[in-house]
Amino acid sequence: MILIALYITIAMVTLAALLNVYRVIKGPDAPDRVLALDTLYVNAIALIVLLGITLQTRMYLESALLIAVMGFVGTVAMAKYLKRGSVIE
Amino acid sequence: MSTFAEYAISALLLVGGAFTLIGAIGLARLPDFYTRLHGPTKATTVGVGAIVVSSVIYFSTLGRGIGVEEILITAFLFMTAPVSANFLAKAAMHLEVKTTENTRGQTWDQ
Amino acid sequence: MLDRLSFPQPWLSLTLFVTWQFLSDGLSGGSVVLGLILAWGIPQMTRGFWPDRPAVLRGWRAPAYALRVLWDIIVASVEVAKLILSPRKPRPMFICYPLELDHPLAISILVSTISLTPGTVGADVSDDNKLILIHSLDAEDEQEIIDTIRARYEKPLLEMFR
Repeated sequence: MILIALYITIAMVTLAALLNVYRVIKGPDAPDRVLALDTLYVNAIALIVLLGITLQTRMYLESALLIAVMGFVGTVAMAKYLKRGSVIE
Repeated sequence: MSTFAEYAISALLLVGGAFTLIGAIGLARLPDFYTRLHGPTKATTVGVGAIVVSSVIYFSTLGRGIGVEEILITAFLFMTAPVSANFLAKAAMHLEVKTTENTRGQTWDQ
Repeated sequence: MLDRLSFPQPWLSLTLFVTWQFLSDGLSGGSVVLGLILAWGIPQMTRGFWPDRPAVLRGWRAPAYALRVLWDIIVASVEVAKLILSPRKPRPMFICYPLELDHPLAISILVSTISLTPGTVGADVSDDNKLILIHSLDAEDEQEIIDTIRARYEKPLLEMFR
């Protein structure tokens, strides 16, 4: 039963990622694209955790943690760049 | 694994997936940037949180211990989602992103 | 010189140390040494970013606040989900919220809470820390939202950061 739920969930998260890609392409402004990329990061974390459950391993969780950290830093850097025109002043 | 744990894990997975999808739908169909900001900060964060909690339950019922990484991921996501939303809103106000016509109230930029 | 050897943020140092032990698969000699180095180094490197005033925190009130916020987050995401899936147009509104809090940490906790709870995203704090700008996804009445936030989140935070 868990396997069926797992497959449905993976399908839903993949669809969500595709919708985010649509928003990245469509824009219309730079903040929209950054927001969509940030959501894409979060979806990637969900997919990695789901992959870990499917393969019954916890090895991938560390990469999920890294993606969480990098995604946050990337989003903040992009937002700062959009506001100030530079990341490190 | 007990039947109850199986039901709980499946339900959490489905709820998490549904919230993640709803967050993405909101990102795709809401009219302007500020309204789009709401989907990812709330629905997606809760959705991924539910998926990660189901992973914690799954591995602990398999007898592999409580996953500390999962808890760290959840805590990190819940702490960072509002901060990045705030930064993006500031950037959008600076760039004077368009709002939908029925928005009331004013932005400011300083 | 002695200043450089101290732990300016003892709680931050403790959190870093414990987190590092969890991350590195259990206690071992190496992880303890590296954890101690991190617990000393990171607060030293970031000390310039911390506000001078130490937080006077009534810590025993924090768990109740965290539980309330956690529950509100779940309610909030259900509400946002309903609004996203319904065909009706949202009624967005920018609201200026006059702050009573003045501690920087308390303000940042309040803004984060607002961002995670029903229909509102905290957008900006004014330079003099007196006003915050809130974007509400589906607002009927400005005053109602301000009153809810004041009663539900700002009052407990005022109690904590006296």
